[in-house]
Amino acid sequence: MLRFFLRRFAVAVAVALTVLTLAFLLTRVSGDLAISIAGPNATAEDVEAIRIAYGLNRPLWVQYFDWLGRAVQGDFGESYFFRDRVSNLIATRMPVTLTLGFVGLAVALVVSLPLGILAAVREGSWVDRLVGLVAMIGQAMPSFWLGLVLMIVFGLQLAWLPISGNDEWQGYIMPGVVLAFSAIPSLTRLTRSGMIEALASDYIRTARAKGLTRLSILVKHGFRNAAIPVVSIAAVQLGFMLGGSVVIETIFALHGVGYLAWESISKNDFPVVQAVVLVLAIIYIGLTLLADLLNAVLDPRLRTA
Amino acid sequence: MPTTRGAKLLRNPGFVIGATIVGLAAIIAILAPWIVPYDPFVIDLDRRLVPPSFMEGGDPRNFLGTDQLGRDYFSRLIYGTRISMVIGVLTVITSGLIGITMGVLGGFYGGKIDDAVVFAITTRLSIPAVLVALAVAALRGSSFLLVVLVLGFLLWDRFAVVARSTTMQIRNLDYVSAAWCAGASQWWVLSREVLPNIATHLAVVATLEMALAILLEAALSFLGLGVPPPLPSWGLMISEAKEYMFFSPWVIMIPGAALFILVLGVNFLGDALRDMMGTDLSR
Repeated sequence: MLRFFLRRFAVAVAVALTVLTLAFLLTRVSGDLAISIAGPNATAEDVEAIRIAYGLNRPLWVQYFDWLGRAVQGDFGESYFFRDRVSNLIATRMPVTLTLGFVGLAVALVVSLPLGILAAVREGSWVDRLVGLVAMIGQAMPSFWLGLVLMIVFGLQLAWLPISGNDEWQGYIMPGVVLAFSAIPSLTRLTRSGMIEALASDYIRTARAKGLTRLSILVKHGFRNAAIPVVSIAAVQLGFMLGGSVVIETIFALHGVGYLAWESISKNDFPVVQAVVLVLAIIYIGLTLLADLLNAVLDPRLRTA
Repeated sequence: MPTTRGAKLLRNPGFVIGATIVGLAAIIAILAPWIVPYDPFVIDLDRRLVPPSFMEGGDPRNFLGTDQLGRDYFSRLIYGTRISMVIGVLTVITSGLIGITMGVLGGFYGGKIDDAVVFAITTRLSIPAVLVALAVAALRGSSFLLVVLVLGFLLWDRFAVVARSTTMQIRNLDYVSAAWCAGASQWWVLSREVLPNIATHLAVVATLEMALAILLEAALSFLGLGVPPPLPSWGLMISEAKEYMFFSPWVIMIPGAALFILVLGVNFLGDALRDMMGTDLSR
């Protein structure tokens, strides 16, 4: 168990370091950073001044190790536009994104678990096919468009919810629902296949033979076993959702890290963009690590793998 | 065998719906210049935001109305099909080449090569794709080609995962061993024995990735960092029209519905292929 944990942890650290390197390269190989920072109206002298001020005239590997050394300590430098520490900016915006992510995940689970179980219990029937269709529709829905449609219907016409912003808790409902759509199809399918497998197993037959009620069989024996993969995929999906929140935060003007990244991209504020990419990647790496460990704890068969 | 498979597919309603939608979209994309009633780029500021002809205040001259610059919405929608289809196909080719090469090599040779491939897949998955695509587009300036390249270099992971696992399953099967014994070269075994036998699995991945690429292109264009104006990408049409959506909701409903239907069609097609093989590749 300890060996498994250490091995997984070492891989996670290696992946994180690779992402750090890629994030650095991203801003250095795609165009001249100094020209991007200086903006369209800058003269050649301005660009040169910026190159010196930001240390962009140093050899690439010096810049890299300098940046890496600071980044692993959580120091991502200063934002060109906001004139604030990047770490500060991310820390103040993070709670909004995390709230949105958890609301999205909660909505996704509330929808997918019952749908998946229902489809599994009635496997092959019209209910099963209907659930499959719902998953398919969810998968094809362009999230930014769904966001706008919900704004028109629930924000303007019915006026039930605020159109944008996160000043009140209701502001999280529509973005959360939109974000959930990206996770519902895979969570539903996974719950369904897990349940079908569990319901076909010997212990379910034993439980039936003992004369347990249908509900107790479903919940205590079926779902508990089907839940193992769902828990780990839910953690991974949360990571994906946080990464995808940039589009939804932009549409609904939720001031989280995704919105911050969007503002910074349009202002050529690259230290911030770099840091957001990194932080989201590291959260994802942490979540997948957590999912693997959770799996190993819940299902001893996986530990030797 | 192929005939029974074909007959089975034709009885599958999902396949029929999916094939019809994607087939129509392909025809529309190819024949766009001959279908459109007007030039999709011609601006007519006197006739802005005319509602579709079937709505109140509509004009029979413009079936789906006109946009905020007076351009014919139907013509723009038709050209938008072209953009979505081309982006979808080119992205799948790019990401397929990268992902299948990596996956087959990792699955076939195992050992250190496989470790490297798995590491690359893990790293790729931890990178927030949309954000990186936006950042690259902002740094380099967005263009049609850039969108294809960025999406192609970001969406290869599922190709690699599936190519790797299916190659592993067949690399020790009898017909592969037989080819080795017959003195076949590595290249021969990979291209003549392995690839054809994992092709159907890869076809399913191709549909999933095409759907994803079309959605991502629209999202990038919506955020102003995808296909540059005045090209009528559906995402860009929604973006440009969204200031007017509270007064005339149809301006975003029409391109959004087109996007949704096309992606749904591609997904239906993939689902039917998956059913045919009786395997589950969904994440």
